[in-house]
Amino acid sequence: MEKPKQIEGRPSRREFLRSSSVAALGGAVAAGLGRIPGAYAAGSDEIRVGLIGCGERGTGATVNVLSSAPGVKLVAMGDVFKDHLETSLGVLQKSEVTDKLAVAEDHRFTGFDAYQKVLALDDVNYVILATPPGFRPPFLKAAVEAGKNTFAEKPVAVDGPGIRTVLEVYEEANRKGLAIGVGTQRRHQTGYLETMKRIHGGAIGTITAARCYWNQGPIWVHPKQTDWSDMEWQIRNWYYFTWLCGDHIVEQHVHNLDVVNWATGAHPLSAVGLGGRQVRTAPEYGNIYDHFAIDYEYPNSVHVASYARQIPNCKNNVSEALTGTKGLCQVNKYTITGEQPWKMAGKDNLPYTQEHTDLIASIRAGKPYNELKQVAESTLTAILGRMAAYTGEEITWEQALNSQESLMPAKLEWGPLAVAPVAMPGETKLV
Amino acid sequence: MKRRGWLTFEVALFLIGAVAWTLSWLAEHQHARAQATAHSSAPAASSAASTLPSSEDLKPYTETIPGTDVKFEMVPIPGGTFTMGSPPSEYGHKADEQPQHQVTIRPFWMENFETRWDEYDIFAFSRDLLKKQPGASATTESEADKNADAVTRPTPPYEDETFGFGREGHPAINITHHAAMEYTRWLSAKTGKDYRLPTEAEWEYACRAGTETPFYYGSDPKQIGDYAWYLDNSDARPHEAGKKKPNAWGLYDMLGNVAEWVLDEYTKDAYQQAKPGMALLSPVVLPTEKKYPNVARGGSYDDEPQRVRCAARLASDPDWSQQDPQQPRSIWWHTDATFVGFRVVRPVEEQENLKGLRSKVKKYD
Repeated sequence: MEKPKQIEGRPSRREFLRSSSVAALGGAVAAGLGRIPGAYAAGSDEIRVGLIGCGERGTGATVNVLSSAPGVKLVAMGDVFKDHLETSLGVLQKSEVTDKLAVAEDHRFTGFDAYQKVLALDDVNYVILATPPGFRPPFLKAAVEAGKNTFAEKPVAVDGPGIRTVLEVYEEANRKGLAIGVGTQRRHQTGYLETMKRIHGGAIGTITAARCYWNQGPIWVHPKQTDWSDMEWQIRNWYYFTWLCGDHIVEQHVHNLDVVNWATGAHPLSAVGLGGRQVRTAPEYGNIYDHFAIDYEYPNSVHVASYARQIPNCKNNVSEALTGTKGLCQVNKYTITGEQPWKMAGKDNLPYTQEHTDLIASIRAGKPYNELKQVAESTLTAILGRMAAYTGEEITWEQALNSQESLMPAKLEWGPLAVAPVAMPGETKLV
Repeated sequence: MKRRGWLTFEVALFLIGAVAWTLSWLAEHQHARAQATAHSSAPAASSAASTLPSSEDLKPYTETIPGTDVKFEMVPIPGGTFTMGSPPSEYGHKADEQPQHQVTIRPFWMENFETRWDEYDIFAFSRDLLKKQPGASATTESEADKNADAVTRPTPPYEDETFGFGREGHPAINITHHAAMEYTRWLSAKTGKDYRLPTEAEWEYACRAGTETPFYYGSDPKQIGDYAWYLDNSDARPHEAGKKKPNAWGLYDMLGNVAEWVLDEYTKDAYQQAKPGMALLSPVVLPTEKKYPNVARGGSYDDEPQRVRCAARLASDPDWSQQDPQQPRSIWWHTDATFVGFRVVRPVEEQENLKGLRSKVKKYD
């Protein structure tokens, strides 16, 4: 289908009118207009952002999107907590993007249904989903149902049912012509892109093995306050509960596993893993592990060694490495050795901004891209590793994908909520 | 051999120091009045007449961070007057290095190496607290420890803070100016001594070690590889401290390796307030609640020789945290400043306007 031409990403008034009349004739183009809801009435291709999840990452993503392209405004915000929203707005007002804020009082929502209220606004055409990962599948589903272009933070789920939802959302977004970007920013980072171009061009031959790591110290923790209900505490301290976070192998290490899947063009067939909770044993650390070591089997008997640790005063390492028949690649160093040695010269870019620049450009060009499937697979790769470590069993890709265990509590409401038991290898079963 | 070298050096230092101190005392009294009007950021001369520090004060010494076995070396820097800045004719000169002007510096000690992770980790990751005996009560805790514990520790970083560049023996990098100042405050409480970042003037004075050339070894950029890790010999990474030749006062890596935080906020016209024929006494542009720009000195592994000069000034910038995915960005960790570190100094006698100085930076400002 021929798309109306655009000049520098922004149609003139005349061209816009022409595209509107074309739209009246062709269904696909009509869907294209629907891609930027409100564009018709406003007569512009302005991106009007609704932020859902106003923590420090959501606030950071908002600064990124508002800096990523001309004609972008923040018009709505939602968070389960009022203080999160107010702090975020205050930070944004003092930031370099303060002149791009247009969040009217009646466009600020708090509570469990805040996301629905943001999604119900006709003047929002681009949402950022930056809540804890456990909420991602239902929020993605609702965003696509509401016809919004979406930037979702990684990971995109914490369990098998969540992954299946996300894969359905992927198909539905494609049917509707909606753009979906996901915060695996290495896919938009110059150095990684240049390295992958060479890997896929055969610079190290056929990949025979890979290693990836996210070994670092601990991160923030919020012990329970007396005036917090169980639910409030768990959401505020979300990193330490599997139903919200997926455990650190999923929340953090997904980045490195995504690089391996990207390089190999595949996902694992099965995994065996070890893990445990040796240092972070106090109640404030909920029910997640503090270390994982996973042996993934990919097609053609390619094995991938994966390590993830959050323990203080140990050797740190955040990296990805590939072994091929003709050479080695230290992916995060943008370095290839062997038959075709190479090291990236030149500057890297700002991937956290670039991922919005690219997504917005795809929307404005009428060629929306959708990254949900690749990230759903990388997220399931991490969930598979967690399941292998939690159970002590060898778990297959299909078992992980078809798992019936939803980690989401039956009811989302303020009040008591028991902390699920810490998984125990040999006793915990895959459901 | 090394030992004897040190002893001779020590005696020489003492003599230089004693002479310089006398000179500086004279300079202080000669210029005090002009000072107060000419340079608002400089202190008025201390009214209490300074006494000549004893020889004891001017010896190098080893500091051991209490409760740990981590040590670092402090070398004495004699007081004196020097020419700060560079002439327009100098190789690599930039406008913010002029005019050249006279500055008088009081004696102090300076860390011979850039502060390494070995030292910084104790503060940043509370290694001193982890080492405490279980069951040790507040009453058995020393006063120094209580004061040190009152300094807020950095929030943990999200990434590997070394960026794969090595930890043991390597300079601490990606530390914000605020974090470096808080580290010195903690170190002071811990040791009971006044540690802080050097002022920009102290730093340049110590770097020059009596020289007036672009580099402390002379003028030839081709020789820089013997003294500094810079763009062409660094393999694009900082290196273990103390592997190159030191300057005449025993300071290693003042040029290159990592640029070093000084106390001063950066203003490009900082030297314009100097008046010809008058020495400024202990000038400093006090840091404010602004997160940027502050000054880092000495250039780094990532710089060409013209930026790795005694007079070269580097201003910090929000880009140094541009890959921080959070907002507000961390006030403790940069994400894009692998080329910046710091080292500590200890004044023999603290100047009035730096007493009790602490960072005013706040996360939500």
